[in-house]
Amino acid sequence: MLPEGQDLSARTANGALMSRRHISREEVEHVAWLAHVELTENEKALFTRQFNRILDYFKKIAEADTENLPPTYHVLDLANVFRCDETRESLSKEETLKNAPRKEEGFFRSPRIV
Amino acid sequence: MVKPYEMTAAEAADRIKSQELSAEEYIASLLERVHQVDEKIHAFVTVIEEAKRKARDVDRRVRRREKLGFLAGVALAVKDNISTRGVRTTCSSRMLKDYFPPYDATVLEKLKTCDAIIIGKTNMDEFAMGTTTETSYFGTTHNPWDSQKVPGGSSGGSAAAVVADEASLALGSDTGGSIRCPASYCSTVGLKPTYGLVSRFGLISYANSLEQIGPLTKTVHDCALLLSALCGHDPRDTTSASIPPMDYTAFLQSNTEGLRIGVPTEFLGEGVEDEVKKTVWTAIHKFESLGVSYEELSLPSMSYALAAYYVVAMSEASSNLARYDGMRYGYRNRKDEGDWPTVYAKNRRRGFGPEVRRRLILGTYALSAGYYDQYYLKALKVRTLIRRDFEKALREYDVLVGPTMPLLPFDIGEKIDDPLTLYTCDVLTVPANLTGNPAISIPCGFSKGLPIGLQIIGRPFDEGTILRAAYAFEQNTDHHERRPSI
Repeated sequence: MLPEGQDLSARTANGALMSRRHISREEVEHVAWLAHVELTENEKALFTRQFNRILDYFKKIAEADTENLPPTYHVLDLANVFRCDETRESLSKEETLKNAPRKEEGFFRSPRIV
Repeated sequence: MVKPYEMTAAEAADRIKSQELSAEEYIASLLERVHQVDEKIHAFVTVIEEAKRKARDVDRRVRRREKLGFLAGVALAVKDNISTRGVRTTCSSRMLKDYFPPYDATVLEKLKTCDAIIIGKTNMDEFAMGTTTETSYFGTTHNPWDSQKVPGGSSGGSAAAVVADEASLALGSDTGGSIRCPASYCSTVGLKPTYGLVSRFGLISYANSLEQIGPLTKTVHDCALLLSALCGHDPRDTTSASIPPMDYTAFLQSNTEGLRIGVPTEFLGEGVEDEVKKTVWTAIHKFESLGVSYEELSLPSMSYALAAYYVVAMSEASSNLARYDGMRYGYRNRKDEGDWPTVYAKNRRRGFGPEVRRRLILGTYALSAGYYDQYYLKALKVRTLIRRDFEKALREYDVLVGPTMPLLPFDIGEKIDDPLTLYTCDVLTVPANLTGNPAISIPCGFSKGLPIGLQIIGRPFDEGTILRAAYAFEQNTDHHERRPSI
């Protein structure tokens, strides 16, 4: 059940662990941008190495025979759980703004959007 | 003479109700204990001194013979990803280090009507992402049995607090083993309820289709008590099951004649330490002596569970943590540098630790165009495969049993630099999260002075059978009576 085919001792000439190439540094930077998560230069290199190792393990699921199986998004058989469309009490403006790092005149202060 | 902080929740509740012990004295004893040992253990992020006043309230109402909840006065520690109104709730992350929720989680509203007293918020892996509590922004929690060892995670603080007698009860959350793992490593009882049994309203989300809030306690009886307080349908959580609240203590009888146990060979195979295997087999034979029959079986889909879990969890996390932009709450850099997406990205760089950012990026990747089918969708189909394996097995057997963790508690710092090695520690706990089945970890022995946990997995909404089996085992062994010397 633990990672097989992961030769944890295999290293290249300069000592780096060998892994199949699943994701390039450029792809890591691109996906980090999509996720709106900034990385340091060191992290870009480190994460690329770590992601390749992890994705190499994830590819295991490709071996499972799932032909004709539906995906399980949720384990309970619940669908369209609604409540009646009635107005209820909500948070006050004061409570809502309480944790805001930057606020102005009763609004959340955000950076330039346009 | 048992000191108040050493009592189980059931004992404390009884004595407070009968006025043998004042809630004030009991809570004072616990807070004193926290001040005495927590510098070494670091189970708590926030200690709530207000608890003293709540204790005096309980005493006053007891003296007036008012009707009180069944956990009146009992000291509860709450994992710091569960929203407490007016009390800092950090998820052990810099992102929420100054966040004060404007509302209580449903489970806490319920516990307040039971008159339990919250004495503090406990340390965890950042945003529940981890197996050792080492990713906490506030520094790790130390295992009370050996301070150089990890307490398990992500609910490490809650488990450590309970076994170190810093709280009589604790709440944790379990997405991939985060209640059961620290329960095993700290020698407490820890239960992940069936998905949907306990409301997630107010639980700060990591992976919403996998996680549940659950009890961490000193005994199985306490676990049944706490679960009874937590369970039940909640209209504010649309994934909550239409199950009415139940008294789980009714299942605590020592008779287990005729119970059938299934032991998946994959749970005791290669990759599990010999000491763990030996201790768990001894536990299974103990069940035999109590009239329980066991058989080994194979669950072939288990070999895909770990990979499927991480794909699903990381994908859901990337969506659930998108809200942390530093606008309405959360970490914000001193200066807004650049346009909106840039500010957002920079806030998240400082606000989130590396493990969180790793998972958000990988999750985004697994959901992105071109990779969605191969990763996320495939993982969800593997999930169906695993569910069917469990359904089939639990038609033949009442419960499935095995170790909770494949290895003994290890040194702090030993595995934190290699994410994949750390992920593999979850191999035995993740299947129950993928399928939604309930699962408990109970103490079943020690090796080299370190605890080993036995995992019992049951049918959906059949926590009763799990508790019955766990109780019988506990009443016929004494592992649960051992306490670490701190």
